[in-house]
Amino acid sequence: MRQSKKKQYVSSVQFQRAGCWLCSFILAIVALLSCTPVKEYQKNKLNDSEMVLTNRKIEKTELSFLSYREGASGANAGKSGGGCGCN
Amino acid sequence: MKKLTLATIALYLGILSVFAQPLKQNDSAYKKRKLSFEEANLISSYYQQDGNNSSITGGIGTEKLTDLSTQFSIKLTKVDRKWRKHTFDLEMGIDHYTSASSDRIDLKANSSASYNDTRFYPSANWSMENEKKGTTVGAGGSLSVEFDYVSVGGQFNASKKTKDKSGEWGVKVFTYLDNLKMILPVELRSGPFIPRGTQYPWTDRNTFGTSLSYTQIVNTKLQLALLADVIFQQGFLGLPFHRVYFSDNSVHMENLPTTRWKIPVSLRFSYFASDHLILRGYYRYYQDDWDLSAHTLSIEPVIKPTAFFSISPFYRLYVQQATKYFAPYQVHTAANRFYTSNFDLSSFTSHFFGSGMRLATPGGVLGWSKLSALELRYGHYTRTNNLVSDVISLNLTLR
Repeated sequence: MRQSKKKQYVSSVQFQRAGCWLCSFILAIVALLSCTPVKEYQKNKLNDSEMVLTNRKIEKTELSFLSYREGASGANAGKSGGGCGCN
Repeated sequence: MKKLTLATIALYLGILSVFAQPLKQNDSAYKKRKLSFEEANLISSYYQQDGNNSSITGGIGTEKLTDLSTQFSIKLTKVDRKWRKHTFDLEMGIDHYTSASSDRIDLKANSSASYNDTRFYPSANWSMENEKKGTTVGAGGSLSVEFDYVSVGGQFNASKKTKDKSGEWGVKVFTYLDNLKMILPVELRSGPFIPRGTQYPWTDRNTFGTSLSYTQIVNTKLQLALLADVIFQQGFLGLPFHRVYFSDNSVHMENLPTTRWKIPVSLRFSYFASDHLILRGYYRYYQDDWDLSAHTLSIEPVIKPTAFFSISPFYRLYVQQATKYFAPYQVHTAANRFYTSNFDLSSFTSHFFGSGMRLATPGGVLGWSKLSALELRYGHYTRTNNLVSDVISLNLTLR
């Protein structure tokens, strides 16, 4: 019993460390990316409707059920409060 | 004489045309200021799930559920005298669900009142964009009403573009002020909770949050968004009809702390690989003070055989570490101060995959000029603790 608790604690710490590493890695990549100035007339590709950095309207129901069926929510992936989710 | 008359008429018409031009411009500017219809969306979805870890029966039992939802939204725009663009988003949604697990609030019931319910959720949002200054401000309100739950939401948001307009900072503050009916499992209805009555007492659950975002254009093909939320919840954060069975087989109502801090941080990108392929990606790390943590990773290549038709298969991976208050059926003891057997808060890995399809032909879809786009999306969800679900959605965009 004690061993399994210890194992759970270790896996939890490992899990959090992995998260920190992954976040640092992503942030490092972002920092390393050199941004080049883009003029308005060069934005035709960025203005494509599929390039938006938000969720599509059609994803609303799936984001709603994911926020109910999973413990995590927020940061541009569905609403982070309000509503029961009692199902 | 005839020549002179013709010359006079030509001169007169010339003068008229000179004056007519600015008048015409003013007229069009006036028209722009009027509230005009931008687009309307009709979204309909069907969701079904099944599993065997219902929190209403203490972490065992059916989780069978179906949900049919329809949302209608309309977007209106207006340009004011200072040339600021105002956008109004009005939305109305209706869900009807059936839930086999909710039916088990009364263990003896076969098909009780809690078996199904309907939820209404209208919302209204306004935003004002000043293109010259690169700023946007907005506000919104929402309401969600069902038999045992009422939620009132409000939000304010503001954003400002960087000097070279390649980046944008955003901030949003939001709140949800919720009320829920204390409907306990039938066998636990005693004491302050009215037994078998319809006058159930209400209790509060409030959410206050701030979202910070930064979007950056990296080059002509790539853009990124960094997002971070800080969310605080207080009030009754469990659900009164969630049972927890202790190791001595005694039954209790789920008991969770009355406060919760949540911090999700995410990164989103979209990359224009070619005229026929766009890549969309998302990663999120989530941590809260109930010791629940999670990683979410999703990728969606958008394949465009033509400019008017696209297919977007997607895959989403989610890995969750359980909250310290979770234990399955008959594992908690009286020594635990807080306890839940809700498997949504347990450790698991989930996979969500499917595909979307979008058709937006010029001149209207399926021969209907007003129908500017038709989208269809299907997804299949599996969780390592045997919950499976499917969702299919249809979106019609009218312009």
